[in-house]
Amino acid sequence: MLNNIYNIFFIPEIFLACSSFVCLLFGLFLKKNAFRQTSNLAVFVLLLTILLVYYDNESNFANYKSLFSHSSFINFFKILALLGSIASIIISKDYFLGIKLKNFEIPILLLFSTLGMMLMIASNNLMSMYLAIELQSLSLYVAAAIKRDSISSAESGVKYFILGALSSGILLYGFSLIYGFTGSMNFDDISFYLSKYENLNLGLIFGLVFVMVGLAFKVSAVPFHMWTPDVYEGAPNSITGFFAIVPKIAAVALIYRFCLVPFENFYLEWSQIILFLSIASMFLGAIAAIAQSNIKRLLAYSSIGHIGYILIALVAANDDGIKAASIYMFSYMIMNVAIFAILLSLKVKNEYLINISDLKGLSKSNPIVSLSISIIMLSMAGIPPFIGFFGKFYVFIAAIEQELYVLSVLGVLASVISAFYYLRIIKIMYFDEIKSEGIINFQISFQSKIILSLSLFVIICFIFYPSLLINISASLTI
Amino acid sequence: MIDWPLVSVIIFLPLIGALIILFIKEDELTSINIKWAALLATLGTFILSLILWLQFDYSNPSYQYEEKFRWFDDFNFFYHVGVDGISLFMILLSTFLTPLCILASWSNIKKRVKEYMLSFLFLETVMIGMFASIDILLFYIFFEAVLIPMYLIIGIWGGNRRIYASFKFFLYTLLGSVLMLIAIIVMYRNTSSMSIEFLQGNYFSYNTQLFLWLAFFASFAVKIPMWPFHTWLPDAHVEAPTAGSVILAGVLLKMGGYGFIRFSLGMLPEATEFFIPLIMTLSIVAIVYTSLVALAQTDIKKLIAYSSVAHMGIVTIGIFLVNQQGLEGAMMQMISHGLVSAALFLCVGVIYDRMHTREIEFYGGLVQRMPLYATVFMIFMLGSVGLPGTSGFIGEFLVIVGAFKFSSYVVIGAAFGIILSAVYMLYLYKRIIFGTISNNKLADILDINTREKIILIPLAISVILLGIFPNLFLDPMRLSLELIITNYEIANAK
Repeated sequence: MLNNIYNIFFIPEIFLACSSFVCLLFGLFLKKNAFRQTSNLAVFVLLLTILLVYYDNESNFANYKSLFSHSSFINFFKILALLGSIASIIISKDYFLGIKLKNFEIPILLLFSTLGMMLMIASNNLMSMYLAIELQSLSLYVAAAIKRDSISSAESGVKYFILGALSSGILLYGFSLIYGFTGSMNFDDISFYLSKYENLNLGLIFGLVFVMVGLAFKVSAVPFHMWTPDVYEGAPNSITGFFAIVPKIAAVALIYRFCLVPFENFYLEWSQIILFLSIASMFLGAIAAIAQSNIKRLLAYSSIGHIGYILIALVAANDDGIKAASIYMFSYMIMNVAIFAILLSLKVKNEYLINISDLKGLSKSNPIVSLSISIIMLSMAGIPPFIGFFGKFYVFIAAIEQELYVLSVLGVLASVISAFYYLRIIKIMYFDEIKSEGIINFQISFQSKIILSLSLFVIICFIFYPSLLINISASLTI
Repeated sequence: MIDWPLVSVIIFLPLIGALIILFIKEDELTSINIKWAALLATLGTFILSLILWLQFDYSNPSYQYEEKFRWFDDFNFFYHVGVDGISLFMILLSTFLTPLCILASWSNIKKRVKEYMLSFLFLETVMIGMFASIDILLFYIFFEAVLIPMYLIIGIWGGNRRIYASFKFFLYTLLGSVLMLIAIIVMYRNTSSMSIEFLQGNYFSYNTQLFLWLAFFASFAVKIPMWPFHTWLPDAHVEAPTAGSVILAGVLLKMGGYGFIRFSLGMLPEATEFFIPLIMTLSIVAIVYTSLVALAQTDIKKLIAYSSVAHMGIVTIGIFLVNQQGLEGAMMQMISHGLVSAALFLCVGVIYDRMHTREIEFYGGLVQRMPLYATVFMIFMLGSVGLPGTSGFIGEFLVIVGAFKFSSYVVIGAAFGIILSAVYMLYLYKRIIFGTISNNKLADILDINTREKIILIPLAISVILLGIFPNLFLDPMRLSLELIITNYEIANAK
């Protein structure tokens, strides 16, 4: 119960929505340094939102039960998304200033998209889910195209928009079928309705498949991944960083909730789809990345591969699976924050680094940076003792609990293939002969340095005290 | 007994050394400080590991110096380390060889000294950690972490084809070990325990054992390496810098043998019984085939690399005989090979540093200019052949004695391999040491200097010591091996 009408502003989503508008006004009336100030304010707002999410126990959203839900899983992913969002706004500040892109709207767009993600994660109704997805995507379409005078940025925005709109259309069609055959939009009602039946009828299966296709677009699982490398490549680096870090968190949480809440009794139906998506993503992500010369495309394929592993845990569909997903997602976020914090500060001949081959000789000129990149790459490849290994380890524990032996073996095989391209980056930095020196600059702002050091600390030191994260993720309920 | 965490100190002392080195700024003048820091850290570790041996309780077959802390709250994973008779000498081998490696790299590593020493110290930590782990997850983490420094050592400081060799090494061994990860998780799911000690009580059904065995086999057969999974080894050896080859041959290959004893024999006895013919066949093929291949090599390092595969064939035969002589022989052969092949690679390094080639053709008549070198080289060459009085003899002899209980065909195969090993080693020795100096470039080659003496003489002494007083080494491991054999026989008698 809301005892006091003002309490409504302490609901994290409402607080974030209102503060985003405040940020917008704030940016509008600032004459000087509008971008920098708005970014700082946005980070502050997001920090407050984290606090609100953390202390938001049960009470508030219960009133919106029909549209949104409340659980520890939701809260965990909300906090993860907010953290990712904070980190990516901080690390991209200097990059935007560096390429003279000072529109104060950028942090605002990211705030709105973060709001969309929080709603996505929490949604408990087909309608609210769709609206949240749209809020998130629309902000991101604009963000991808924010560098208006660059053809590639505009192209990437349009590509993202067209494919995103297509997937939304498919999603919506799936929703309509599900609504038509169950008579409800609410997850719990759908679940209750479906629990009365042994088999799904044909219309519901169609609806389920359509929704799965739409969600696969959002998490960029193979074969619906085509937009990812192109959009990653075209968008400004910092926006790419945001794409890689945050929307994935929300989309993964959403696909988990969608499979495990309304359709939990029809495991056999959806698990086949997810199984295929998972295997295809792992292998395509591993193989396609080998041929890339652009670091952003490489990271795009790498993220596709990571999605494959997270989907293994979804196929497992047990408590360990949820635990594995949250640990994996956390490690994924940390590793991506770290790698983008470095990429957004590396300049080759006064241009921001794009080609992998430009990393040549980095180990000579910036030993610490190249050591950090190596650690991140090994962690992404899942080599112990770094955090990436534990993500994969928990995923396989979940899979073997469910006796998915073949899937686990395929998963580890794909991880060996993917190790190749991660190692290739280390090879370029350390093994290749250096022709000329001193062209790579590494300039990093103090704030980004803190973010980078923190994430590296977590990557390296997770092994010493894993229980901190694991106890949290073990207690999550969907 | 010792009441402070000796094993953990031994494991992490090199890492602490690495952390200190990380903060030494590297330039022309200070690189010597880095080398000294690395040497002191590794020597300290070696001395501490000697305490391990001196205080070792010979009458206790299970783990000693145990340390156990809860590590994960949700599963039964522990930080659990300790030493028993089997791992004791593996740890000693690692701690003994690493300072020698640092010394061997003293003057021939000129670029990136800091990264080099960091890699070696990290490598030592993970090697010791791996042998000392009693928790399988901990074992696995160390087992895979070995790849990182080794990949860098081959890739940065290696020869011309170093990139190919380092990738092949990394991906080949990673492929083997990820299958082991699946097996480890399956084991945990069946028993809710990750303790090596606990799992040695045979808890798996026959069919599960077969699959688990194959997964472990994939990992250890690549590591040890067995024919036909050995192809990464010649490349890695040839391209690695001298010290890298030393560690690779001296310690990393033993990880495979150690794994076979602990996991295949200890935990999956019935499956082992089933697969013994496979192992025997592969081992005999390995011994004969790689010996013949070694005979045809023109590169000294490659020849020694192939001879390693043949010697490891003797080790796998010994392990899978599963009797007292066989296992003791396999352990002795592993220790002996660790010393002898390491020393041979160091010997190759000595002339490579001077002439920058490893072609056998290039050399000849070195005895004229390098008498001392010829002497130590001979000791190691004879150790590798297995001459009585050297360490190699004990291992091969025990394995053959054990093999008589199993099958005379195996004896014939193993003995044939030993004869072949004499052929290729003596032939190698003749070609590079004896004769007159035919190559003018060798006219003013210098004999081994003090630093090289410091490296090679302890190795020569220990090779002979091992050959004359094998009980010094066999006594501590005897009970631990007996325990494994007893468990194995009980499981298979059921």
